[in-house]
Amino acid sequence: MTLADKQQEIIDDFAIYEDWMEKYEYIIELGKDLPQLEESKKTKDRIIEGCQSQVWLDATYVGGKMHFTADSDAIITKGIIALLIRVLNNENPAEIVKSDLHFIQEIGLHEHLSPTRSNGLASMVKKMKMAALKALSSDEVAQKDEK
Amino acid sequence: MEATHKRKFSVREIREDFPALRQTIFGKNLIYFDNGATSQKPQFVLDAINQYYSKDNANIHRGVHHLSQKATSEYEASRKYIASYMNAKSSDEIIFTKGTTDGINLVANSYGELLAAGDEILISAMEHHSNIVPWQMLCERKGCVLKVIPINKKGEIIQDEYDRLLSPKTKLVSITHISNTLGTINPIKDMIQKAHAVGAKVLIDGAQSIQHLKIDVRDLDCDFFVFSGHKVFGPTGIGVLYGKEALLDKMPPYQGGGDMILKVTFEKTTYNELPYKFEAGTPHIAGGICLGKALEYLNQFDLEAIKQHEAELADYAQDLLLTFEDMTIIGDSKKKTSVVSFIVDGVHPFDMGTLLDKQGIAVRTGHHCTQPLMDFYKIPGTVRASFAFYNTKAEIDTFIAAVEKSIGMLK
Ligand SMILES: Cc1ncc(COP(=O)(O)O)c(C=O)c1O
Repeated sequence: MTLADKQQEIIDDFAIYEDWMEKYEYIIELGKDLPQLEESKKTKDRIIEGCQSQVWLDATYVGGKMHFTADSDAIITKGIIALLIRVLNNENPAEIVKSDLHFIQEIGLHEHLSPTRSNGLASMVKKMKMAALKALSSDEVAQKDEK
Repeated sequence: MEATHKRKFSVREIREDFPALRQTIFGKNLIYFDNGATSQKPQFVLDAINQYYSKDNANIHRGVHHLSQKATSEYEASRKYIASYMNAKSSDEIIFTKGTTDGINLVANSYGELLAAGDEILISAMEHHSNIVPWQMLCERKGCVLKVIPINKKGEIIQDEYDRLLSPKTKLVSITHISNTLGTINPIKDMIQKAHAVGAKVLIDGAQSIQHLKIDVRDLDCDFFVFSGHKVFGPTGIGVLYGKEALLDKMPPYQGGGDMILKVTFEKTTYNELPYKFEAGTPHIAGGICLGKALEYLNQFDLEAIKQHEAELADYAQDLLLTFEDMTIIGDSKKKTSVVSFIVDGVHPFDMGTLLDKQGIAVRTGHHCTQPLMDFYKIPGTVRASFAFYNTKAEIDTFIAAVEKSIGMLK
């Protein structure tokens, strides 16, 4: 499934909810189901301090794909993290760097990604893209070395 | 106005004065419980803002033309009104500022110039960042020492500790009248007397008190009193610094520019008198005029009736909240106003705030710009409902049902 397909799938999932509370019920479920980041991985370099809630992000690059795990102390934030991970996980870094995450807007959760929301999510997305960018440049270096 | 001529206190009628209360948010009637952050504005103030910009707009203190004279006299009339509202000795003691934060910074920079290395400044552990950071900056600049009066678990300043910290080295005590996070009403009159006994001056942060309590600066005998217009039903971007005249006279100007000078040459500039010495540049004219209108609006009512209504709301909300399991009220002083801060075990305040919002209820979540206070309670933040005189018990019933629903979803 492409990154675009995954976004569309989420938009379709959310279409069945009639009101905000139902939507949030679903997001909270996603948050509860998201595997927690191991305590040992909740280190200073992985934390993104929001004013209201905190987010931890761990990004790795294996076999040409990015892998993300993340966690938050707030469950709604965690639910939205689950959606972001569903879209960006297992994608190659070039796709992630150029992705625009329009599904967030379409399901009406863009307020959570605005930099003024202060829940750490806007910075998290930035960090995910930075990690992808770093992976790309490490590839370039590796290619040069081969030549 | 005599007390007998006060307008009858009817919440139903008061609500009609506030257009912002008549709206729906996410399809629900708005319940506005974020009055600690800012208050809504009555039509009386909105009309005055509109009148100023649509008819009376002109720059003040500098025009001979009719409109400039009119704007000047309204601006100065407002200053007089505010002075008499607070029982200041003279309107020269009322400096218009941008708000509480601006007033504190003015004092920290100007009065701060009179301080020397080793002088001590006392604040309490429940202060807003606005009443912490300007003093830290002053201490860095001047080598003064900032000391913090501890509080107890109920959220009250420990008076014995205050007594212990006061000494002839204390030059300024800067404390909040009412805590924006806990609702505690501090015994400031007593604390002011004690400070004066060692020769210290006192600044009162009135951001959370002017809208709830009758303020009489001469009775309190404080040296400075600061507040923000937007929290007392007036516009944003305007506030007041009250200072005793003799003290303000001794203080150097804070900012330079137009209006604050008598004569400027490149060799030497002489400064204007009070209050203009502290008002550089074109001020927030509409704000100044309309802040007076906001206090006029409030002054129609007997503040005792307002206080009683707000206390009833807070008690009612607190009692109902305490029926929930794992609920903790943060701030348990017997002397409290209309703030109820709470946390529920296993529920992040941010999540609670988000779900309440979607049910049409505006509360504040987080640390409320009092991070050291959150550290003291070892919590990341609270959910805070803060009431104004236009709130009702029926709104609290809806709020309680929404809290119950949110807990059910989040736990
Ligand atoms: C106790 C207290 N002090 C200071 C402030 C700062 O007020 P302003 O942001 O209007 O300058 C506030 C407002 O949040 C407050 O509650």
